[in-house]
Amino acid sequence: MASIETFDRPVYVYEKPVRLWHWINALAIVVLAVTGYLIAWPPVVTAGEASDHYLMGYVRFVHFSAGYVLAVGLIGRAYWALVGNRYARELFAPRLHDVHWWQALLHEVRWYLFLVEEPGKHAGHNPLAGLAMFLFYVLGSLFMITTGFALYGEGLGAGSWAANAFGWVLPALGGSQQVHSLHHLGMWYLVIFTLIHVYVAVREQHLSRQSVTTTMIDGWRVWKDDRP
Amino acid sequence: MATTARPDTFYDVMRRQGVTRRSFLKFCGLTASALALGPEFIGTIAHAMETKPRTPVLWLHGLECTCCSESFIRSAHPLAKDVVLSMLSLDYDDTLMAAAGFQAEAMLEDTMQKYKGRYILAVEGNPPLNEDGMFCIVGGKPFVERLRYAAKDAAAVIAWGSCASNGCVQAARPNPTQATPIHKVITDKPIIKVPGCPPIAEVMTGVVTYMLAFDKIPELDAQGRPKMFYGQRIHDKCYRRPHFDAGQFVEQWDDEAARKGYCLYKVGCKGPTTYNACSTVRWNNGVSFPIQSGHGCIGCSEENFWDKGSFYDRVTELNTFGVEANADKVGLVAAGAVGAGIAAHAAISIAKKKDHEKETQE
Ligand code: HEM
Ligand code: HEM
Ligand code: SF4
Ligand code: SF4
Repeated sequence: MASIETFDRPVYVYEKPVRLWHWINALAIVVLAVTGYLIAWPPVVTAGEASDHYLMGYVRFVHFSAGYVLAVGLIGRAYWALVGNRYARELFAPRLHDVHWWQALLHEVRWYLFLVEEPGKHAGHNPLAGLAMFLFYVLGSLFMITTGFALYGEGLGAGSWAANAFGWVLPALGGSQQVHSLHHLGMWYLVIFTLIHVYVAVREQHLSRQSVTTTMIDGWRVWKDDRP
Repeated sequence: MATTARPDTFYDVMRRQGVTRRSFLKFCGLTASALALGPEFIGTIAHAMETKPRTPVLWLHGLECTCCSESFIRSAHPLAKDVVLSMLSLDYDDTLMAAAGFQAEAMLEDTMQKYKGRYILAVEGNPPLNEDGMFCIVGGKPFVERLRYAAKDAAAVIAWGSCASNGCVQAARPNPTQATPIHKVITDKPIIKVPGCPPIAEVMTGVVTYMLAFDKIPELDAQGRPKMFYGQRIHDKCYRRPHFDAGQFVEQWDDEAARKGYCLYKVGCKGPTTYNACSTVRWNNGVSFPIQSGHGCIGCSEENFWDKGSFYDRVTELNTFGVEANADKVGLVAAGAVGAGIAAHAAISIAKKKDHEKETQE
């Protein structure tokens, strides 16, 4: 596919719903990581009557609300993969069976290792980015949603929708305490993705042969040169 | 009292043990409320006790510390204890029965034959499977053989405590004797797990009474525990919960917050991850329970609780990966390494770009 793409005029890559989703999702993840960390390491004791405060209650409420935003957002994004443009599908379906894709991926790896002078041009994700998005973001957030709602079901109680839908996760992963630990570890998995992702998005905007960060803002991929 | 060959009912046995009718009815009332059944069930229970032939209970002991028995015989309400003990009449319990030696073994045989397919087998402790089960010998034979034998014709099996339900401390890593919970050895019978180290006395008598009175197994959750006692976490009904929601935590065992009775979450309370009835039923006649006396829950009724890191850490060690580190240590090291990598990569990228610009200018 990559070979028949045109690199001489801008391409409309990320449609409005995708861009909207991206920024809402990014916000949700940041909020989840901060509130999640506070759930594990709550801030210093407040004095006075218990009825005067609801700190942990608010932190958990924000965490669960952002959790719903993440989950509903991902469902919406999956729907858009079905009805949106071809680039909307890339997130969920890295082209693992395509030799050209692997070659282009290798080229990107070499670009990051400073072994080649120039990266390739890609209207959608470059293959390396696409693979990372899938492995880290798609699988990572599915894991966080599954374990998160399993823990959430414990609070809602037996018979609640979350306990019914996700309750099986707890014994399957070794019990509630273990699921807490794994959910916590999952946070770091996504934090690491976010660190690299943001660095790369900014770096590619400046050093690659195409727009990157601005593409997620206005949707258009613009090229810095007209070579293939 | 019946003189015909009619089999004994529970009521017959109780009366013979000197339980008055008044006490009997009180017991039925107590049981109904302990099981959270409405008053209309008092009659049902009484009727069942008066008419149903007594179901014998065989109680085996494997690799264990006997804390379940100790808990059981201290059941809060003396009435409940008397009645349940006479009701069970524990046809065979090597710890509690009067008979010993060959006489005792004969009684086991006798009950198994006479009540084939109808008796309840209660198991305290578990069988170690390593070395053909030689780590636990009862009556001259490996316990695992005795367990299989006694379970063969049982109607149902009760797994008392964390030992029988999950393996408990004798199954802690590296589990040299290969102590194994009951459900992994007996796979063809309904098994009721009553975890806890030990389980609460009222929970134990409640489960037994329910099974004997209604002739059926209480409703179980996905892991085989009676829903009525294991349906909620300690945390869900903990009286310190308002402090948790407020964000008022004990930071150290001797701080002001500890004296004020704040939530024990930050000093490792496992209430949020432990399913048991301690915060509602409590212990020793409902006097107290660990959290009420100022110590966090250690999660004794959860699977592998001894292998899940310190009792005093909130974020516990991840023994899964064979390293002594919690999620934050692993995460911080990984994120730190990635951060350093990014910084180095960025530096090189900028240097290269500058070089490149210089070259193109020249
Ligand atoms: C990127 C996604 C997420 C991150 C980074 C995240 C992070 C965290 C962290 C670090 C904890 C503390 C774990 C511990 O050490 O005990 C936590 C707890 C929790 N999270 Fe998440 N989480 C995410 C998604 C979700 C989702 C989608 C839900 C679903 C509603 C959820 C529900 C919960 C619940 C119920 C708890 C336990 C709260 C408690 O025990 O009081 N999380 N989360
Ligand atoms: C300030 C922070 C962020 C910036 C500047 C940023 C920037 C970008 C950019 C420029 C793209 C498009 C890449 C391309 O052109 O091929 C993108 C895509 C993406 N980003 Fe971010 N991002 C940020 C935060 C996040 C966070 C926190 C997450 C989630 C952990 C995330 C997940 C994704 C995903 C999944 C895509 C793929 C979108 C798709 O194909 O639908 N981003 N991001
Ligand atoms: S003391 Fe333990 S069980 Fe009670 S509210 Fe605090 S964390 Fe939950
Ligand atoms: S409070 Fe926790 S550790 Fe203590 S007996 Fe109950 S379940 Fe076991």
